[in-house]
Amino acid sequence: MTTLTPGAAPVAPDPSDQTRAMLAGSDRRRRVTDRVATGLVVTAFLIALVPLVSVSWTVVSNGFERLSPYFLSVSMRGVFGGMDAGGIYHAIVGTLLITTVAALISVPIGLLAAIYLVEYGRGRLARWVTFFVDVMTGIPSIVAGLFAYAFFAVLFGPGVRFGVVGSVALSVLMIPVVVRSCEEMLRLVPNELREAAYALGVPKWLVVIKVVLRTAVAGLGTGIMLAVARVIGETAPLLITVGVIDSINFNVFEGRMMSLPVYVYRQYSQGLVPCAPGAADCIATINYDRAWAAALTLIIIVMLLNLVGRLITRFFAPKTLR
Amino acid sequence: MAKRIDVKDLNIYYGDFLAVAEVGMAVEPRSVTAFIGPSGCGKSTFLRTLNRMHEVIPGARVEGTVAMDGVDLYGDGVDPVAVRRNVGMVFQRPNPFPTMSIAENVLAGVRLNNRKISKGDANDLVESALQGANLWKEVKDRLARPGSSLSGGQQQRLCIARAIAVKPQVLLMDEPCSALDPISTLAIEDLIAELKNDYTIVIVTHNMQQAARVSDRTAFFNIAGTGMPGRLIEVGPTGTMFSAPTQRATEDYISGRFG
Repeated sequence: MTTLTPGAAPVAPDPSDQTRAMLAGSDRRRRVTDRVATGLVVTAFLIALVPLVSVSWTVVSNGFERLSPYFLSVSMRGVFGGMDAGGIYHAIVGTLLITTVAALISVPIGLLAAIYLVEYGRGRLARWVTFFVDVMTGIPSIVAGLFAYAFFAVLFGPGVRFGVVGSVALSVLMIPVVVRSCEEMLRLVPNELREAAYALGVPKWLVVIKVVLRTAVAGLGTGIMLAVARVIGETAPLLITVGVIDSINFNVFEGRMMSLPVYVYRQYSQGLVPCAPGAADCIATINYDRAWAAALTLIIIVMLLNLVGRLITRFFAPKTLR
Repeated sequence: MAKRIDVKDLNIYYGDFLAVAEVGMAVEPRSVTAFIGPSGCGKSTFLRTLNRMHEVIPGARVEGTVAMDGVDLYGDGVDPVAVRRNVGMVFQRPNPFPTMSIAENVLAGVRLNNRKISKGDANDLVESALQGANLWKEVKDRLARPGSSLSGGQQQRLCIARAIAVKPQVLLMDEPCSALDPISTLAIEDLIAELKNDYTIVIVTHNMQQAARVSDRTAFFNIAGTGMPGRLIEVGPTGTMFSAPTQRATEDYISGRFG
């Protein structure tokens, strides 16, 4: 309010000048605070970007060279030393099969639990379910692996290792994520839609299936995709439950399987190859190269899954004005 | 296609809380009955007991009888789902299903119940229901567009079309115009005047002019204070209610002295 010039004082104050002074609001403090806050937000964002960009760059630059159709289409069978050979076909097969079976186990259980919590659950049981889902969220993945191993060891004897054991371990990690995200999505469905359907004489189970699930399907798809992305990179539980193998195995009910994260771990842990001096066809860093290329493949698979999830979302999203 | 409803000694509870007490009144067939009264007096709650929609809220229950042509809606062997098929409802805010087109919204009562319907019958039903809701002319060229692409007033008429497509005996309307502009309101009021030839209509409204314009009978509800149950103060022909109410509270409310 100090913008009135001294010269204007004797004359009768112009009302529009007064209004202008009133509206000018030259609040220095606020502007400074605004700048500082904006600066902090942008800085925080940039700092958050650093690891993301750094990881992406490292994986792409280290893994891109080895990634080839050959690398994607062969296993490690008969590959040894520093041979310029071997690939991740068996690990891709294992990862996709184990994760698919894990999703087949987790999605029905998780989705039904979420429906129970949102549409039916009242009182003590619902509170207990919520509590245990929260507890399950915090289970370390190695514990989930031990649980699945111990469970199957009781049934099949010690030393049991096959794909489904790994899928069960991943399900233990995946179910709480599915329950949580699906619950959020179902709660977002406006109550008015449920009431509209009830008022048309639609029984509750059909309201749940045809209105609630249908309206939320896009969000549910995204939630499930995120849950898959959460477990597809798990290493420790698969190391325990599914083991390690160099050849291709399509049977999730029998025999060990390789998966991409375990492959990465195994290749990296083998370290440098001691190549004989002058030996042809021996690459000292071959294990590291394969690990990076497999890591890159895993990231690409997760990205593709996200892309598919987004397409599903777009396809099923409630129709709006376009 | 229109039934009368007799309500006797109805108490409505939410858990232990008595929300509406001792309501007794008759809803005449082929006429419009309006419920008026201040906010929170239990008009909507009472309306919802007429098709058992209040049971969607956990803990809600009633004592007393709501009889449609002598059959108690809360009697043994009465299925709330069947009640709602015969007593349709239109809500305060238009709520078309966002995942469905205009035509699918009208057919929702059939499709959501997994009932089979031939394409010809479906088209006829869509046209007759939309005609009945005075919406056909406006939307007949864009039946496949999403229901949410319509204006608020059109959406509300779509919801009315959806409600009458299941051919109910009674149609309940919970403040159907309170989210609409005056022109859309007029369209809905004209529609109500037409619909009462075929249906028994009960409408909750905060707009007393609207009650005076559209209804044949008016019921006035009031509440003595917060925490007290809402009560039916007076019910009678709309003309009498607005010109010569017997109760002091009704007169005060109608003349704008409170509420």
